[in-house]
Amino acid sequence: MRRFLDRHWYAYAMVLPVVVVIAVLVLFPLAQGVFFTFTNINEGNIANPILDRPATYVSVGLDNYLNILSGDSSYGAFWGTLVRTLIWTFGCVFLHYTIGLGLALLLNREVRGRAVYRVLLILPWAVPAFISAFAWKYMFNAQYGIINQALRAVGLPDPVWLGQSDWALVAVMIVNTWLGVPFMMVALLGGLQSIPGDLYEAAEVDGASPWQRFRHVTLPGLQAVSSTVVLLGIIWTFNMFAIIYLVTGPNPNTRILVTYAFERFFSGASRDFAVASTYGVLILSVLLVFAGIYRRALRKQGEVW
Amino acid sequence: MTVEAASLKAVAAARPVKRSQRSRVASVGLHAALVVASLIAVFPVFWVLVTSFKPDARAVETTPKLVNESSLDNYTRILAGEKGDFLAWFGNSVVIALMTTVLAVFLSATTGYAASRFRFPGKRSLMLSFLVVQMFPFAVLIVPLYNILLVLGLQGTSFGLVLVYCTTAVPFCTYMLKGYFDTIPTDIDEAGRVDGLTPFGVFWRLVLPLARPGLAVTAFYAFLTAWGEVAFASAFLSAADESKTLAVGLQVFVQQNRTEWGHLAAASILVAIPAIVVFYLVQRFLVTGLSSGAVKG
Repeated sequence: MRRFLDRHWYAYAMVLPVVVVIAVLVLFPLAQGVFFTFTNINEGNIANPILDRPATYVSVGLDNYLNILSGDSSYGAFWGTLVRTLIWTFGCVFLHYTIGLGLALLLNREVRGRAVYRVLLILPWAVPAFISAFAWKYMFNAQYGIINQALRAVGLPDPVWLGQSDWALVAVMIVNTWLGVPFMMVALLGGLQSIPGDLYEAAEVDGASPWQRFRHVTLPGLQAVSSTVVLLGIIWTFNMFAIIYLVTGPNPNTRILVTYAFERFFSGASRDFAVASTYGVLILSVLLVFAGIYRRALRKQGEVW
Repeated sequence: MTVEAASLKAVAAARPVKRSQRSRVASVGLHAALVVASLIAVFPVFWVLVTSFKPDARAVETTPKLVNESSLDNYTRILAGEKGDFLAWFGNSVVIALMTTVLAVFLSATTGYAASRFRFPGKRSLMLSFLVVQMFPFAVLIVPLYNILLVLGLQGTSFGLVLVYCTTAVPFCTYMLKGYFDTIPTDIDEAGRVDGLTPFGVFWRLVLPLARPGLAVTAFYAFLTAWGEVAFASAFLSAADESKTLAVGLQVFVQQNRTEWGHLAAASILVAIPAIVVFYLVQRFLVTGLSSGAVKG
């Protein structure tokens, strides 16, 4: 024990503050949240230290899970919402990645004014998300929004973007794409710059076409970056709450798992902490399963992660 | 990095084309694509800026003009506190965001350094748990977190909020900084040890100064996390106007049936300015800082 501490105490001292903060503010609440999923806890029966009222919630076993997984619409139509969440997540991340990669490739060339373009293209990342949400909500307005003005001007149909139709989902996906591309672009640009130039020269001497150079030098060179940012992107987008909530509010057409959990949590006559927590646990489970599959797929390709 | 040598050889036989100077058409196309993308990136911000000078009634006209009875009225009203204690919100946001930045950079730097340089039991599970922390929808932790902050006596304080923001910012920042520290040669550490520095001394006096790009990106990320967060700030800060942050305070402009777009736009510009200043200060570090970090994760 002594020797163990002698050897590692520097490392532990450096890690300790984070471990304490995470344990107290994440793991403990998480455990409590999991416990809540087996109860019927809500605003009315939770212990209230201000009113000096004891807790009166009771255990309901697996009822919350059964209710939600039955797909009942009074419990958020779980399966439909899950499908929408997947469309939202993969749609957004696909757009983030392809647009981000395209712009990174353009910016990686020697082009006049590159620094200026880079600053302008990263700008959406610097704007606080709630400001971006307001800005887009304003631009998407059906009557006075600039987007519909422009569509009308060129004779295209101008849908009610943020109403009760699938246009609302398209709208929030556009906003989220605008918001998420800069991160991907910057990360991929860094990845591109770490690919040694000799590889391109060698490929060129060997007569590889631009497409072949992209396919056989660029993409393999980016694999490490890509696998990390895509995984992070998927996790973040799956749990993206602020944009959807601030742009469309509690609209069933843009409802994803996280926003429904939050709706359940904050609105309604009695705040239903139990169902919200159950959604939280289900979200975590979906993401854990996904990350496990993802990791295994990467390992098959020889990537150690 | 794996270049598929075999396929390259196959290609070599195919056709020997030498890359020439970029053609004029390609050059125009490249600039056109970048200009269009830049316009899309900047336009929403530009449009908010234009709107911020218009009176509320002019902001909702069906044929928007660039300039329409524009004046600085919205700004003066907001800064004078007619629409709620804007300056107090601003101060709260600055304090909370700066505290988060300092604490998150410090915590993720030490953790990232330990993960990069030392092999210790539990390191792998620590890094994995950071990934899992990103997966849990934080919105759902609000009730348990509320209880804990209450027990710790931090409920309703800015410091409680700062700690909560750190739990979201630190895991990602640690990954990034670990990657960055990995790119700094360990020879430097060894040289420092030979000269009699402790591991903390090496970290503080040698490695941190070298890691400035990585630290800048970390700071940027932590600052933005705290500056733009809405859900926790509205749940954890007291309802009193003077304790709100900007993200919470600005909700007063978005009422049930009527949004005061002109005022909201002006307030938004005032909120965006500090974030854009921070962004401008760190932007030259962003590519190097993020690449070595997020990349090698």
